[in-house]
Amino acid sequence: MIKQQIQKRNKGDTWFKAITFSFAASIPLLLLALVVVLINKSWLGFSAFGWGFVFSSVWDPLNDHYGALPFIFGTLMSAFIALLIAVPLGLGCAIYLSEISQSKFKEYVAVMVELLAAIPSVVYGLWGIFVLGPWVAKVVQPLLKNTLGFLPIFQGSYSGSSLLTAGIILAIMILPTITVISREVFQVVPHSLRESALALGATRWETFKLAVFGPATSGIIGAVILGLGRALGETMAVTMVIGNRPKIAASLFAPAYTLASVIANEFAEATSWLNLSVLVELALILLVITIFVNGLARLLIWKTTGKLIN
Amino acid sequence: MENNWETNKLKRYLKNNLFLGAALGCALVAVIPLLSVLGYVFIQGVGAINLDFFTRLPAPVGDTGGGMGNAIVGTFILVGLACVVGLPIGIFGGIWLALYGKSKRGFYIRYAADVLSSIPTIVIGIFVYVLLVATMKKFSAIAGGVALGLIMIPTVTRTTEEMVKMVPRTLYEAGLALGLPEWKVTMKVVFRTAWNGIFTGVILAVARVMGETAPLLFTAFNSMYWNFRPDEPMASLTVQIYNYAISPYAEWQAQAWAGSLTLVLIVLTITLVVRRFSKRVTYG
Repeated sequence: MIKQQIQKRNKGDTWFKAITFSFAASIPLLLLALVVVLINKSWLGFSAFGWGFVFSSVWDPLNDHYGALPFIFGTLMSAFIALLIAVPLGLGCAIYLSEISQSKFKEYVAVMVELLAAIPSVVYGLWGIFVLGPWVAKVVQPLLKNTLGFLPIFQGSYSGSSLLTAGIILAIMILPTITVISREVFQVVPHSLRESALALGATRWETFKLAVFGPATSGIIGAVILGLGRALGETMAVTMVIGNRPKIAASLFAPAYTLASVIANEFAEATSWLNLSVLVELALILLVITIFVNGLARLLIWKTTGKLIN
Repeated sequence: MENNWETNKLKRYLKNNLFLGAALGCALVAVIPLLSVLGYVFIQGVGAINLDFFTRLPAPVGDTGGGMGNAIVGTFILVGLACVVGLPIGIFGGIWLALYGKSKRGFYIRYAADVLSSIPTIVIGIFVYVLLVATMKKFSAIAGGVALGLIMIPTVTRTTEEMVKMVPRTLYEAGLALGLPEWKVTMKVVFRTAWNGIFTGVILAVARVMGETAPLLFTAFNSMYWNFRPDEPMASLTVQIYNYAISPYAEWQAQAWAGSLTLVLIVLTITLVVRRFSKRVTYG
């Protein structure tokens, strides 16, 4: 009697374990399905153009000639500009929040930076079209041209829909990622290290340089790369401000195009099977880049803080 | 010698102040975009918002008035569908990871969830397009819900796992000592204790997918009419904002601002309320 009851109970446990496991196991299966589907659907494009697809810069859907280079260029360049702006700014912010301020103002800054992450991408895009873009064309670009105009990247006519605008908007969007994670990384550095430096008579700057930055380095790099991952995959805001022209131009004032943007714009209106397949191939390229970048970031952050931040 | 020491001291003093000033400067500059975005959305949005906006269908080009009633309802339906898809996998998956996930299997599943969370949402959109839209031969709310659900899964899984792990082991053991089977202890004691935290995570995930546009573009697509059928295309606030924002018509652009105001108010309220009630925030 008792034995039967125990067996019945164990049956319940077995079932429970099996059911929860089947849900858990569906996560890797979904991931696998995603990769298989993308490879399968991009096969047509890959067999038509091979590896040359990645290095060709022709994009002509009407004649079914495709190349991914302008999009890879646009994706990497816009993300790179974003990093140039967001890394110093985000680090400064994190230093302020973690090392310097004890005031009430700090709390507000922390909340605001986090809210920056909560604003939907499409709202940034709208703001980018009507506020940031015109400001970039009227103020930032003339300023850059007048001071650094001898560089080819700061030449050409002013335009709100440009690689530069996309870079700036991406910088704003990845700022919270870099700030929040660097701050966490700084806070993991033991306090005794800071106190030792201060006790030796070091200034705040010297303390940071000597005691905090060193142990935090790989974590900071992780935060930066995680920001990079976000910037690479960001779609809507970029699509709305980058100008969507599949050409590689030297100037940052010129319009460009990213992998995510071209998919967003053309996927629903693909004209042929080959066109569709090629767009899926672009998605596969994007997937490979972001998975690689994010994996690297997680590894570095994990090495410093000892936990997986996401 | 004395002089040298003095200049050195001055140099260190200046360097330090430069450092402090630069950090404060960064903090101030970082706040500007948020204030600008919120300010513009509020000022431009308030002008275009009225009761019609929440109750009417979009007006054709040239007509004034009209609203985003169908898109607002659509957003909530899509998020509801996303919960149907994402929550069971996320919550039960998270429970399994917390209880039995120390094995190698657990590591792989956790790793897969991490990778899933780093995939650009537009790529998820393509996946669901191939899986559902191409096979059903039409855009549908279901496809949109599935896409958003997939995006929710990693966040929900991770929060559930963390929250369940935080429940004291003694509570679990006390339940077992009473003679309850493991699954009952898990669901009636452990899960209930962890529920507040899990709920927080779920709400944050909901707020996040509510603002997603890219995965909806070729799954739920868009609709200019009221639609409550899950197998038909469905409007959403975000896609509607996108379409109106890139249109050349002033009336539509005004509607885009009004839509943004609505969306931002919903999302920020959720985020702030949840922050207020729990100190732990997951950065999705």
